[in-house]
Amino acid sequence: MNDSPPAQVIEANRFDFWAFLTRNATMLALVALIVFNAFFTNHFLSMQTLYVNLTQVATIVIVGVGMTLVIATGGIDLSVGSLMAISGAIAPLIFLGTAVHIGEIHLAVAVGMIVAVAAAGAFGWFNGWLITRFRIQPIIATLVLFIAGRGIAQVSTNGNLQPFKLSQFQWIGLGRWFGVPVQVVIMIVLVAAATWMLKRSLFGRQILATGGNENAARLAGIPVASVKRWVYCISGLCSGVAGLVVIAINSSSDANLVGLGMELDAIAAVAVGGTLLSGGRATVTGTLIGALIIQLVRYTLLANGVNDDVAKLVKAALIVLAVWLQRQGRA
Amino acid sequence: MDSVEHPDRQNLLAIHNISKAFAGISALSSASLDVGHAEVHALVGQNGAGKSTLIKILTGYMSRDAGDIKFDGGTFEARSPQDAQAKGISTIYQEINLVPYRSITENICLGRERRRFGLLDWKTMHEEARHLMARFNVEFDVSKPLLSFNTATQQMVAIARAIGFEAKLVIMDEPTSSLDEREVAVLFDVIRQLKQSGISVIFVSHKLDELYAVCDRVTIMRDGRTVKTSDMKSISKIELVASMLGRDIAQVSKNATAFGGRKGKIGDVLLEAQGLNAGHKVQNVSLSVKRGEIVGLAGLLGAGRTETARLIFGADPMHTGSLLLDAKPFVPREPIDAIGQGIGFSSEDRKLEGIIPEMSLAENMTLALMPQLSRLGIVDESQQRAIVEKFITRLGIKCSGPGQRIRELSGGNQQKVLLARWLAMNPKLLILDEPTRGIDVGAKGEIQTLIKELADQGLGVLMVSSELEEVIEGSDRIFVLREGHNVAEFAGKQISEAAVMAAMAHGNSDGQEIKS
Repeated sequence: MNDSPPAQVIEANRFDFWAFLTRNATMLALVALIVFNAFFTNHFLSMQTLYVNLTQVATIVIVGVGMTLVIATGGIDLSVGSLMAISGAIAPLIFLGTAVHIGEIHLAVAVGMIVAVAAAGAFGWFNGWLITRFRIQPIIATLVLFIAGRGIAQVSTNGNLQPFKLSQFQWIGLGRWFGVPVQVVIMIVLVAAATWMLKRSLFGRQILATGGNENAARLAGIPVASVKRWVYCISGLCSGVAGLVVIAINSSSDANLVGLGMELDAIAAVAVGGTLLSGGRATVTGTLIGALIIQLVRYTLLANGVNDDVAKLVKAALIVLAVWLQRQGRA
Repeated sequence: MDSVEHPDRQNLLAIHNISKAFAGISALSSASLDVGHAEVHALVGQNGAGKSTLIKILTGYMSRDAGDIKFDGGTFEARSPQDAQAKGISTIYQEINLVPYRSITENICLGRERRRFGLLDWKTMHEEARHLMARFNVEFDVSKPLLSFNTATQQMVAIARAIGFEAKLVIMDEPTSSLDEREVAVLFDVIRQLKQSGISVIFVSHKLDELYAVCDRVTIMRDGRTVKTSDMKSISKIELVASMLGRDIAQVSKNATAFGGRKGKIGDVLLEAQGLNAGHKVQNVSLSVKRGEIVGLAGLLGAGRTETARLIFGADPMHTGSLLLDAKPFVPREPIDAIGQGIGFSSEDRKLEGIIPEMSLAENMTLALMPQLSRLGIVDESQQRAIVEKFITRLGIKCSGPGQRIRELSGGNQQKVLLARWLAMNPKLLILDEPTRGIDVGAKGEIQTLIKELADQGLGVLMVSSELEEVIEGSDRIFVLREGHNVAEFAGKQISEAAVMAAMAHGNSDGQEIKS
C-alpha cells in the first residue's frame, strides 16, 4: 500500500518524453530542411550537393567531436581554431623541407602529419594541465592558447604563407576513398568511435561522471584530473587533423586564416546537437546532426539567394532554440 | 502584537479538503489542516506523503484542484510566494534562500527597503534589523555579509525577515537538518518566542524528538491524506510512527526492539588512526575500527567528524598522523587509494557529493566498481546488469528499472543506490557520513538495519551522525569529537545519551566518569 509513490512514476515518464522530444527535434529539423530543399532548391538531390555539404561540414564535425567530449566534462575549449593553425603551420614546415629535410616525400609527409597532429594534441594536453593543476576555469585557460596559438603558428612560419601542390599530402582534403571524400570518411570514423566510446567504454563513463558531478566522481575513485587532461588532449588531436584537412583543401597554409572562428562553429554544433552545455550528458551523433543543420540552413539560404549575413542571424536563432529546448528538457 | 492565547481557540488557518492531482495521479486528496493562533503545529509524514505539495499550495507555488483555505478570518488565496508573504504567511526553507553576499540588514529589508529623499535610509534599516535580531539574545553586526555567519544565524535572519514582514504564520521546512544540537536549542527558543508574540508556526521535521520538544499539536500525512491530528502530549512516539507508516502499533514496536540486537562477533583491529591532523579542524584525533564493529563518531556540528572521515578516505590532505589498515601503514592521497584498499565512503551531501544526476541508477551504482567491470577499457554490460539487479532486490530499491535516472528516485532510494555503490565492491571498511539524513522513516529504518546486517557479516563501519539517537542505538563503540579533538570513547554499557552528550558539550575525556 505504501509502495513507491505514483507521482514519481509520472514525473519519470514526463522527463523521458521531453528527452525524447529534444533528441528528435534536432533530427526532425534536419529532415525538414532536406525535404524543403528537395522541393525548392534546384539540383539538391544529387551526390554532388551531398558531398559539397559534407565536405564543408567535415572539419567542424571533426573539431566538434573533441569539443563534445570537453563539454561533456563540463569544460569548453576556445583554443581549437588556433591549434588548427599550429598544426597547419607545422606540417608544411616538415614536408616542404623548410625546417628539416627528409628526402623521401612519402616519409616527409607522414612525419609532417604525425608531428603536426601530435603538437596540437600536446598543446591540448597543456590546456588540461592548466585547468587541473591550477584550477583555472576552462574558458580562461583555453583563452591563453586561443590568443597565443595563432602567434605560435605565425612565429614558426616567420609569418610566411606556405603554398604547395603535393598530391602525396593533399589526398586528406581533396582525395576520395571508394568515391567518398576522405575528410568525410575521417569524420564518420571519428563520430562512430567517439559515440561508441561514450556509450561503452570506461573512459566514456568517466567523462560523463566527471561532467555530471565532479565531486561525486572523485569520491567514487574516478581520476578526474587525468580524465580532463585527456579530453583536452583529444580535442587538440581532433583540431590537428582538421587543420591538415583545411590546408590540403586550400593548397596553402596561412596561419592567419586556418581555423579562424572554428571554436564558435564547433560549440554551436555541439549546442544545437543537444549535448548538455553544463556537462554530464553528451551526444556525438547529435553534434554531427547539429553541424549538418547549421550547414544546411546556410546552404539553403545561399542557394535561394539570401545574403550570408542573414544566414548568421539564422544560425544564432538556431542556437537560442537549442538551448531553449534543453531547458525544457530539464525543467 | 496582541495577546497570547485566544480563549475560543478559533483557528488562524483552516485548510479544508484540498485536492491536487498531477497528470491524473493524485498527490493530495481531501487534505485538511487547522492551525490555531500562537500554535506550533507539526506536520509529519514519509517522503511522498504530500507535505510539500500542501505547503506549496498554501504558499502560492502551486494551484489547487479543489478545497478551500481560510486564514486570519477570511478566505485565503496566494498567487505567488511573495503574495503569501505579503498576506502574512512566510516560509523558511531547508536550504536558506537569502542573498549570501549581502548584509543581514539588506537581507531582512529586501523587498521593503526604507527610503529617505529617494535614497536608501541605511540608518533606519540597520536599526530595524538590529531590533529584529535582538530577540535572539545575541549581538550581531548587521552590516556584515550573511555568508560570514553560520547556518543557525542565517536561519535566524530568515526568521527575523519573516517577522519584519509581519508574518502571522511561519512555515519551517526541516529547519534543523543542518543545525547541531546547541543551535537547535537556540532555534527552539526562537520558536517559543514567536509563539509568545502570537505568531503560529507550521513545523515540518523528520526528527521525532524535536516535535515533542517544541510542538503543541501534530498532523500526520500519508499517501496525500491527512490521517490524524492530535495533541502532542497525547500521542506516543510509537503511535506517531505507526500512523506515518500506516502499520499497526504492535508491528512497529516489534521492529523497534529487533533493531537493537547484534548477532555478529567483533574481530581484530581493522583500522587504526593515530594523531591525525589537518589544520584547526582536525587536531590529534586517534580512533580505531575493528572487523564487524560499528563505530560511531559523535560531536556537534563543526567538531571535525566529517573532516576526520574524509582524511581517512583520502578526500582531503592530511598534514600529520598515521593510518594502519590491517596493521599495515596506509597513506591515502586520493580517494582512489582508499578504494583500492577496500574502503568505501558515503558523503553527508547526497546531491553535491553522491549522485551523478544525469546518470542512470545502474551507472551510479557501479561507478566505483567500473574498473573491475571493464576489460581493456570496455564496460561489461551484462555483468553490470547482474550486479545492479542483485542490489535492487537485496536493498529493496524502488525504481522503474536499472536504467531510470537517479535524480528521479526518492532520497531514501538514492541513498540505497549509493550504499550499493560501495557494497558492490565488497569493502572491508565503510565510512558513512550521515547515512540517513533527509530520508523518510521507513527507508531510514531499512538502512539502519542493513548497516547492522553488514557489520554482522564482518564489515567494519565508521558512522558519522548528527542524530544522537542513531549513534547511540547503532554503535558498538563511540568516539566523541569536540572542536577538532577527540575527547571521549565509550563502549558497550558505557554508552548512554547523557554520557555522550556531556562529552560533546563539555569535552570530558574520561567516558566512564561522566556516567555517574
